[in-house]
Amino acid sequence: MSGAEYLLFILMLSIFLGFELINKVPATLHTPLMSGANAVSGITVVGAISLAGTGSETMAMWLGVGAVTLASINVVGGYLVTDRMLGFFKKKEG
Amino acid sequence: MSTELITQLGYVVASGLFIFGLKMLGSPATARRGNMFSALGMLVAIVAALLDQGIVDFTWIVAGMLVGGAIGAVAARAVAMTSMPEMVALFNGLGGAASLLVGWSALSPDSGTVTLVTIVLSILIGGVTLTGSLIAYGKLSEKIGSGAITFSGQQIVNSLVVIGILGGAVMFCLNPTDPNWLYLVIGLALLFGIMAVIPIGGADMPVVISLLNSYSGLAACAAGFAINNNALIVAGSLVGASGIILTQIMCKAMNRSLSNVLFSGFASVSNEETVVEGEIKPITADDAYYVLEAATNVAIIPGYGMAVAQAQHVVKELTELLEKNGCEVNFGIHPVAGRMPGHMNVLLAEADVPYDQLLEMDEINPRMETVDVAIVIGANDVVNPAAREVESSPIYGMPVINVADARTVFVLKRSMASGFAGIENPLFYKENTRMLFGDAKESIATLIREFS
Repeated sequence: MSGAEYLLFILMLSIFLGFELINKVPATLHTPLMSGANAVSGITVVGAISLAGTGSETMAMWLGVGAVTLASINVVGGYLVTDRMLGFFKKKEG
Repeated sequence: MSTELITQLGYVVASGLFIFGLKMLGSPATARRGNMFSALGMLVAIVAALLDQGIVDFTWIVAGMLVGGAIGAVAARAVAMTSMPEMVALFNGLGGAASLLVGWSALSPDSGTVTLVTIVLSILIGGVTLTGSLIAYGKLSEKIGSGAITFSGQQIVNSLVVIGILGGAVMFCLNPTDPNWLYLVIGLALLFGIMAVIPIGGADMPVVISLLNSYSGLAACAAGFAINNNALIVAGSLVGASGIILTQIMCKAMNRSLSNVLFSGFASVSNEETVVEGEIKPITADDAYYVLEAATNVAIIPGYGMAVAQAQHVVKELTELLEKNGCEVNFGIHPVAGRMPGHMNVLLAEADVPYDQLLEMDEINPRMETVDVAIVIGANDVVNPAAREVESSPIYGMPVINVADARTVFVLKRSMASGFAGIENPLFYKENTRMLFGDAKESIATLIREFS
């Protein structure tokens, strides 16, 4: 099994899994959830890497380099700011 | 073992870590570690991608990652927590733009029809996400007016844009060698992002950024189809699901359907009359102090006004003084308080309020009858009893925090101007309501001085 139908299969499973998991995230953490989601959507960097590394200075390569840069902002910025935020959340002492 | 196999296994491990990280976000106690697992997953995915043997030159990859990473790191450190909505909006846009570029650069002369369709999808969703998010960013940061922008014939223009996009997309799939169709689709997608967000007012922004968050994931997903990459599909659909759930929660909390938020500005309903009986009873900070000093159970209901007044730190100070005085203090947080989901919680957590004191609407409402004093700080529509009592009110049916059930209600408010939605609030005229006029931060600082 390969090609689009296999990818669709994965898509369906991950959407259901996503719904199940995210419904369990408490409202208190919705802002970190969103900034964390920003970071995860930076996964496009993975797709962009191979397009940017062709070495041929074509338009496709430059588009790939642009995508690598933008997605890296998302990945690094998203994870760091989420970590910073989650560091604020403390339980009441004692 | 071939490199190809290692790369694919790396993506499997990465997807597992994303899922595990998301699961740990289910509790504030484990959330931080969850985020680290997710970040580790991203690292594994990136390393796996770098092993790709098709890569002949790493120069530009590394350059792009360094530049992007540096910008991201600086932004993450510099951003104030009050500005998180803008930052998330901007990052949504970047995610959309990255997917647009990936889809575009995946285009090759021998792409099959299925690939072409997925390329068009990633370009479309990415483009709409990009400009939509930029407009949302502009509105949230008040670089452009936060009000709804509407003009006559808007629906017609939007319909034409949609038809243009569909036509352009079909023509592109039929003639992939003619780049003009592609440019047309890109241009119209960018235009549509702008058109879709300008008619939406500032109070509805929580819905819009949740939705754009979801789009940025779906765009990554579409790009994953375009380049046959599982990691993009799994991660993209997790983000897509997250945004959709948050969008639903926000809509439910405003008792409005998504289409109502997207297609009709609030302005069209705000001119209805609500007849309010009773009179406004102001209170001085001195008198408020005596009431608070005698209270044993206080609930604080913050709204966006608290963030604007930067009052969260003095609120925390007041909380401590009340607790020292033997009083129980809780916070009641409405899902749409603030400019994004969970915004109030982050601001209060930053001010060192423990998260077990931050109660959701459904937790605080049953307790409200035992509360001596409910303090409303910079919130308006989310505590408006008209939502329960006045059937003709535009917000009738919206779930609100029932502060009027408390023995006494203090409303900290600058003046008598009505809330963002322009709806009269009968709460201010209730028998047990006292208005503490003035800047919220100063009013609370005065209360603190009385205590010490």
